[in-house]
Amino acid sequence: MACGTATRGRPPRRPRGEGFTLYKTLRKEAFRSVVEAILAGSEGVEPRRVGTDRHGKPIHQFLPVERFEDIDFSYDTTEFSAKTYFLPFRERLSTYRFSDGDWEQETRYRAEPRALIGLHSCDIHALLKLDKVFARDWYPSPYYLSRRRNTFILGIDHDPCEGAFCRSLGTDTVTHGFDLFLTDIGESYFAAVGSDRGLSLIDRFGARPITDEDSHRYVAERKRIAALMQNDLNLNNLPNLLDIEFKSPIWEKWGAKCLSCGTCAMVCPTCYCHGVYERISMDFQEGAKIRQLHACTLVDFAVVAGGHNFRPTPESRLKYRYYHQHRGFVEQHEEPKCVGCNRCGRACLAGIAPVDVIRELQEEVAP
Amino acid sequence: MRYLHIDSPRPRIAVFDFTDCEGCELQLANKEETLVPFLNAVEIVNFREIATGAGEDYEIAFVEGAISRSDEVERLKAIRGKARLLVALGSCACFGGVNRMKNAYDLGAANAEIYGRTPKETLPVRSVKEVVPVDLEIPGCPVSKDEVERIVRHLVLDVPFAFHAYPVCVECKQRFTTCLMEKGQLCLGPIVRAGCEAPCPAGGLGCWGCRGPAEAPNLEEFFALARERGFTDQEINERMAFFGGFEGVVVGGTR
Repeated sequence: MACGTATRGRPPRRPRGEGFTLYKTLRKEAFRSVVEAILAGSEGVEPRRVGTDRHGKPIHQFLPVERFEDIDFSYDTTEFSAKTYFLPFRERLSTYRFSDGDWEQETRYRAEPRALIGLHSCDIHALLKLDKVFARDWYPSPYYLSRRRNTFILGIDHDPCEGAFCRSLGTDTVTHGFDLFLTDIGESYFAAVGSDRGLSLIDRFGARPITDEDSHRYVAERKRIAALMQNDLNLNNLPNLLDIEFKSPIWEKWGAKCLSCGTCAMVCPTCYCHGVYERISMDFQEGAKIRQLHACTLVDFAVVAGGHNFRPTPESRLKYRYYHQHRGFVEQHEEPKCVGCNRCGRACLAGIAPVDVIRELQEEVAP
Repeated sequence: MRYLHIDSPRPRIAVFDFTDCEGCELQLANKEETLVPFLNAVEIVNFREIATGAGEDYEIAFVEGAISRSDEVERLKAIRGKARLLVALGSCACFGGVNRMKNAYDLGAANAEIYGRTPKETLPVRSVKEVVPVDLEIPGCPVSKDEVERIVRHLVLDVPFAFHAYPVCVECKQRFTTCLMEKGQLCLGPIVRAGCEAPCPAGGLGCWGCRGPAEAPNLEEFFALARERGFTDQEINERMAFFGGFEGVVVGGTR
């Protein structure tokens, strides 16, 4: 088309599915083969049903799986997040050995390939947030980077899970941070391709370029899912609200319920606070620096040298957890740390759920 | 022992048992992969279960078991008199342990129930610290050898040791153990001190509290949520009384 020539209707554009992220379709019959091809080449971690809760609902966890049959793709959510595969509870950072008056240091990074299959969009957002902290900040962590780079991520779209407020945080859809992300559009999957390794994998199993009809189906499916979202929590202006309500009595109320057990932070897909300690071998010939996850709600989180605890009460600790999620992280990274998965709300035995806490805070300041 | 160019003398230790099952002592002789370096780090002066000698020249005494007879009181006082450091080893020594349940009954009736027509001399069960001053308590039924090893390294290097202040819940999360309260079981995990690495919940058994209370446990909320889940005050009290670590803590009326 010559320059200056008038056109009717939409401007000309590139074929669909060739933007920043590539889109393809994958026949459903090919899905099993794709997963099995991944499992053949690396360790696989997938949602697995591990039990039933006291209300008769299934409990799932992300666990290593060897057979396709053991994966439960219909899972709603998992009790714990997949964080442990990137930030293990305990990680040996460095080992040093003494001999003949000298010493030798050894540092190892986990480099074995691993695949996380069946992650939901919120959990991929969680990884994007951890990327900001451990891969894109001033001091990238080689421990995190090696795990992240060597982990193949196959995400899947899903109907909203109960109690989640992902939509309030914009984490119900995802555009990057994965190798493949599949949305069910009937006889095939609408596959967002986020990497060349993702592309070469599905191309081996007959992935096709998308058609206009595929895109329409995809948009319709996303609309259907979005309509199912029940939580209408509005988080607009929450960081300012938190500052205004810093001394609100609601912290005392929820703080009195807090068990200071750390479960909220442990199950959270983005909580990354940790401590580093030294461990000496029993023969005193070897020492190691070990990093262990900690949690801001634990009683000794803010104990400093000399023994002073500057967050001695449960309410001060719980409050700062909300502040880091929705205030401090925004200041550092221009977005909340929370992805709205509500794992903390579900796992809290005392029933402290972020939706309730935030709603109460909003009501507190409402005119 | 030499670490970072600093030489530390091997502490001379002794291990004594009182009213107990000797299971914690057995832990000291366990964990073969590090047993030799463990025994090299200390000098065993008196340890009936693994050594023939019975020396009196010890600096650190590990005392296992609860105190339930007058001769035990005398023996313990003598040990305290000789030891520079006295370490209570295991839940019996720290809290009175399962033996402490006896105190809830009439002493004569308890004696008759067990020994019939040949009663033994017995006293209400006490923890070690209720009889003599204690420098360090290592709880657990049995104690974790891994934790004992860490403590011994601290003793060798003469640096302070701190137990985890947080509750068992953290270690269930570490092990990917699904919450047993969520599955409908009673578990004292939220109020009990971590450090055991939560083996019981991992095996499907709710925590019975052998390590005693975590630092500043939220007992009130724990009782509320346990009741909400249908557990009776009696069940909760029995659970807390089992190892004696929650002495004086009672939910609802009487035990």
